[in-house]
Amino acid sequence: MPVAADLLTLTPAGLYCPRGGFHIDPVRPVDRALITHGHSDHARSGHGAVLATPETLAIMSVRYGEDFAGATEAAGLGRPSRIGDIRVTFHPAGHVLGSAQIALEAGGCRIVVSGDYKRQLDPTCSPFETVACDVFVTEATFGLPVFRHPDARGEAAKLIGSLALFPDRPHLVGAYALGKAQRMIALLREAGYDDTIFLHGALERLCQFYESRGIELGPLDPVRGLKPKDLAGRIVLCPPGSMADLWSRRLGDPVTAFASGWMRVRARARQRGVELPLIVSDHADWDDLTATIEETGAGEVWVTHGAEEALVHWCRLRGLDARPLNLLGYGDEGDNLDESVKISEDH
Amino acid sequence: MNRFAQLLDRLAYEPRRNAKIALMADYFRHVPDPERGYALAALTGSLGFAEAKPGLVRALIAERTDPVLFGLSYDFVGDLSETVALMWPAPEIRPNAVPSLAEVVETLAETAKRDLPAILARWLDALDEAGRWACLKLITGGLRVGVSARLAKTAVAQLGAIEPDEVEHVWHGLAVPYLDLFAWVEGRGPRPESDDPAPFRPPMLAHAVEDGDFDRLDPAAFVAEWKWDGIRVQAAAGLSLETRRHRRRLYSRTGEDIGAAFPDLLEALDFDATIDGELLVLVDGRVQSFNVLQQRLNRKTVTARMLTEQPAHIRAYDLLVEAGEDLRALPFAARRERLERFIARTAHPRLDLSPLIPFASWEALAEARADPAAAGAGPDAEAVEGVMLKRHDSPYLPGRPKGLWYKWKRDPRVVDAVLMYAQRGHGKRSSFYSDFTFGVWRGSGADAELVPVGKAYFGFTDQELTELDRFVRRHTINRFGPVREVQHDAAVGLVLEVAFEGLGRSTRHKSGVAMRFPRISRIRWDKPPAEADRIEVLEAMLRSAAPADAAPADED
Repeated sequence: MPVAADLLTLTPAGLYCPRGGFHIDPVRPVDRALITHGHSDHARSGHGAVLATPETLAIMSVRYGEDFAGATEAAGLGRPSRIGDIRVTFHPAGHVLGSAQIALEAGGCRIVVSGDYKRQLDPTCSPFETVACDVFVTEATFGLPVFRHPDARGEAAKLIGSLALFPDRPHLVGAYALGKAQRMIALLREAGYDDTIFLHGALERLCQFYESRGIELGPLDPVRGLKPKDLAGRIVLCPPGSMADLWSRRLGDPVTAFASGWMRVRARARQRGVELPLIVSDHADWDDLTATIEETGAGEVWVTHGAEEALVHWCRLRGLDARPLNLLGYGDEGDNLDESVKISEDH
Repeated sequence: MNRFAQLLDRLAYEPRRNAKIALMADYFRHVPDPERGYALAALTGSLGFAEAKPGLVRALIAERTDPVLFGLSYDFVGDLSETVALMWPAPEIRPNAVPSLAEVVETLAETAKRDLPAILARWLDALDEAGRWACLKLITGGLRVGVSARLAKTAVAQLGAIEPDEVEHVWHGLAVPYLDLFAWVEGRGPRPESDDPAPFRPPMLAHAVEDGDFDRLDPAAFVAEWKWDGIRVQAAAGLSLETRRHRRRLYSRTGEDIGAAFPDLLEALDFDATIDGELLVLVDGRVQSFNVLQQRLNRKTVTARMLTEQPAHIRAYDLLVEAGEDLRALPFAARRERLERFIARTAHPRLDLSPLIPFASWEALAEARADPAAAGAGPDAEAVEGVMLKRHDSPYLPGRPKGLWYKWKRDPRVVDAVLMYAQRGHGKRSSFYSDFTFGVWRGSGADAELVPVGKAYFGFTDQELTELDRFVRRHTINRFGPVREVQHDAAVGLVLEVAFEGLGRSTRHKSGVAMRFPRISRIRWDKPPAEADRIEVLEAMLRSAAPADAAPADED
């Protein structure tokens, strides 16, 4: 489809719209960037101009400081704007607060770049909205049919159940600082858990930010200065990278939990020494990836990152034109096996 | 089944012994009979289903999934049961009755092979992911959740104020689903009738010798024995007072009854005592390699040919009970004296005594350990993997008490080799490239090439594994299914310091040599591949000595 290639192509910096002169989620500084969401592998600092939802812009300034870009412009969800002769519209992606898909239209062709997305209910962000399109650009973080995320409420119940089983041990829950941590807290509150939840320092600012946007997280306290006995039977949240480092030793002998879609596979949980895997993901699982592709009605599917091979194979079985983009810089190489990138960047 | 699946799920992730016991005790406390009894049977390895095989599971999933998607998924997950449990498609109509564990076990026991696929498919339709995983693990054998029979019995004992040994004593008189056992520990019934004359007694284990130990330990307080490269076993026999039958049992060190695979040894247990010793295969009085012994392990039955060609033998090193008298509280020296007299009196060709190594100083013991052949082990030196140290005054205590027994393994040999191929691991290591084939240089100048000499899949830390995995991914030059060829030439490649226990001639390897028990002792990020070792180094080692010849599978 020549029109599609005109609208969107691949450069070393990432997806690029030649007719509009802008990148989407570039992995290195560019003149003009459209950003789908605030995770640091998608939202980097140092661009000339950034167009993103108000929440994503705010998250970027929380993380990088006010001067993270030369100029910023807020995009309202569902409100089209023009860049050259391209019609650009942001639609909710349901991934984290402020996350959006970006639809590009020109000459009767519509491409939707979904960024990262999920279809599961999440009380901390607007739900995913399906946008009909000709070309659908999808992630495939959990693009294998073994990934089917259970209802996240059941996972929160698992954690609360463990507090009763091990009331004398702190429960340390690894959760990415942006999105996952706040969603876990919201899930626990929904389940009726009213006790104070303790936070690693790296989570405090983003939780405050969520609360400033009207998302109630209940009583939260920093874990700083507390002793293991103060935390017995309590929930402590930290970024995944801190679960096994020196920091966690102050908790004595905690039950270690990790809230992640990777926890679906036992070996992955064991590799990280997790005792209580909580399968809570902010990405679409296999069933949702394939259902979403069908719902968009797209005849062509581009797979940005994750387990591209399986999803591309599935598309081709359905007669859809599909290709892997092998985008580097989101996660690591094709398999998404190297979580160190994700962990250090709280993806 | 769901509650059992939850238990297995939690056990599989729990590293702490006491927490495992707490999880099992909680289950036994809240789940009714006979469900919990079947769970106990599963946890103690007391169930077996002849007709259910992995092939059946493969066939079922092949009918329901795309082969490419299944292949990619299996490659990622690394475990058949788990892959199938996760991929199993949601049925159009989910059966509303989830099978209980009791139903699964009872049905499997009485179902004909041809009816199994339909029944299993119906169960898998009705269960959720965790339930399917548990069901498939149960059927294909081996729960692998890090629970020994002993640990499960300890959890049962916690239901009442009963010592685990008490459960062990009545165990062999019991039948699945153990209604009378639960009634007894919960104080609702009498002690089950079972004066087991040959119960399992948990073994005493040793600590590895560490740097500095010899500075503070007095050699005069210890005796030394060879550490044999076999399997630690407990042979128990005695006369039942009720039935007047003579019971004979051979236990693994975790209390599994492995007697069925060793009828030749059971025959030799014509006594009333409990012996701690090493299971070895002896031919013409010489200890055979561990590889030979391995052929006799993990079997439900044994052929007549195996009995003649690989006769089993016990080399005894301790006597725990004799004629009903519990000797475990006596000091080692006293037990040893009793053992020596006992073996002499029994005079059975399948039983002998593990000899003591005379030594006056740690230096002298180090010499013996370095050259067992010259220090008394004679032709059996190849089956020695180190020495054991035991305090004269040590009682026989279950578990791994501090300061009483030590094991001091032989020094491994090391060689610098170059990483050539990597393969995805299984189990815990699935999704990492964790099996590494490495080679050394042969030839010179333009003809120089690397020839593979072995494969190692442990010896590194989790952090190092991540780094190795990353190196493999960044330097892949070829893919063959799950195997990647990694760049390996004089300039670019990764040097691994490989430690191993022995070397043998091999026609299977292009290099002509094969390593025993190789593992990666260090990653030489600093060393250029051109400076790795040459095949001549290994050939010289082969000529110079006949080192130990096997891979120990079971520690102590």
